[in-house]
Amino acid sequence: MGPNPVQRKMSCNIATIFGAALLCQLTGQSASAQMELTGSWTPRNHEVLTGDGLPVDFTGIPLSDEGRIRALSYSESQLEMVEHQCQGWPAFYLVQGPFGLKIWSETDPLKGNVISYTIGGWEDRAPLTIWMDGRPHPSQYALHTRSGFTTGTWEGDTLVTYTTHMKAGFLRKTGAPSSDEATTTMRFYRHGDILTILEIIEDPIYLAEPWILSRSFQQSTTPQPPIGPPCVTAYEGNVGPTAPHYLPEKNPFVDEMTKKYGVPRDAAIGKPETLYPEYRKKIPPVAPVR
Amino acid sequence: MRAFFIAALGALSLGAAQPPLAGQERATATAKASAPIDITGYWVAFVTEDWRFRMITPRKGDYQPVPMTPEARKIADAWDPAADEAAGNQCKAYGAAAIMRLAARFHITWQDDNTLRVDSDAGMQTRLFHFNALLGTAPSSQGERTWQGYSSAQWDKPASLKVTTTNLRSGYLRKNGVPYSENAGVTEYFDVGPIPGGDGGQVLLVTAIVDDPKFLRQPFTTSSQFKKESDGSKWDPTPCNAK
Repeated sequence: MGPNPVQRKMSCNIATIFGAALLCQLTGQSASAQMELTGSWTPRNHEVLTGDGLPVDFTGIPLSDEGRIRALSYSESQLEMVEHQCQGWPAFYLVQGPFGLKIWSETDPLKGNVISYTIGGWEDRAPLTIWMDGRPHPSQYALHTRSGFTTGTWEGDTLVTYTTHMKAGFLRKTGAPSSDEATTTMRFYRHGDILTILEIIEDPIYLAEPWILSRSFQQSTTPQPPIGPPCVTAYEGNVGPTAPHYLPEKNPFVDEMTKKYGVPRDAAIGKPETLYPEYRKKIPPVAPVR
Repeated sequence: MRAFFIAALGALSLGAAQPPLAGQERATATAKASAPIDITGYWVAFVTEDWRFRMITPRKGDYQPVPMTPEARKIADAWDPAADEAAGNQCKAYGAAAIMRLAARFHITWQDDNTLRVDSDAGMQTRLFHFNALLGTAPSSQGERTWQGYSSAQWDKPASLKVTTTNLRSGYLRKNGVPYSENAGVTEYFDVGPIPGGDGGQVLLVTAIVDDPKFLRQPFTTSSQFKKESDGSKWDPTPCNAK
């Protein structure tokens, strides 16, 4: 007489567990090679990444010539227009913005594997879903959204994500543009209670080379909100018959960084060579006065 | 079924006897031999963040967003680069708590099998990362305090370098006099990854946490990016400059 159905099921489960353990041993991999990322993470805002204090601060961005022309034509008064008030920012803003992160996962109820991670949004940043189930990116003609389409894989303890299909937007809130061909690679490094996200943004139109940023977050027992307050548009006055903008060479704020901080104009307008140490030799000394 | 159990347990016990995974240190292996990542080579700071604090000397009083204590602010407000130079303290902004945030190039090499050496061209400083656990020695907290202090290193699982630095001379987090005290401790994590695009570029990420209860209201955390260069053709040794 053979085993009853309950015994057969138990034998199957035990065999599955041992089989998985054996496979882990043989391949040198284990489920614990991945890091726990879910939970609340507060920002360590000890670096200036937003760069939105002055209208023309494109320091640290390797803009292409096209990107620079568009950036300098931008007027922040566009945000008075009802159709722009809730436009939000692209997915990569999660590293630049000042907010914390709330990360949660969706798990396959049968297999137990993570199907996706979601990084909660904020008022001006949509939630970001990271698909972990191996699905392909959609056709290049598929819908582009604020958060785009993101897939992720584990490289040891590092989560590596790749985002495509973002709507055209801004590399920086003050007008440095991003195109709908921009992509983002993020690497999530966790060291104890510190999570550092390395972000590499590529844009064949508006960047002369990949733009690399990073920001650290600290694990928190205080819950971070999974989503921000709703954005509500409001009439802010008549901005006139055309979208606010500046014609070439007419941006009145182009020298604000020079006046306030002694930053050369080439650096303020994001010329790529200004991101490397040798550029320092071209900079006149700044008077150490308050 | 019983035979399967025995076979599986046997395989697991064999697995337990296998050499450790990369990143797990063994007393018999040198740090160099057991390195899970290679951070040697020439690295250039890619200054995409804090540009005005790193590429130029910020103006006096421009301290944001460092979480300074009121005492630290008083000291910074009294910053006098000429006095620093006259006192031979022109390297105060090149200490271990700040050096990886400078706009500089770094050359990382193995000084010996258990010591990593990091040279900077800006300020011409040298840091030594001692793999104490492998050397069988305790981290040194004695001896003369220096700008670069004493750094203990270990490979962090599974593919990262952790460096802890103490025994520092007091210095500046920023060139405009934002101070850290001699009791500051620095914890750094070094990670590497590829730069997309297919040309084999690499990025080094250094996450630095400076802990100094005297002058910082909370640990000061920054992360800096460096791009790998194929050679030292752009290496440009330059002495410390207080201004």
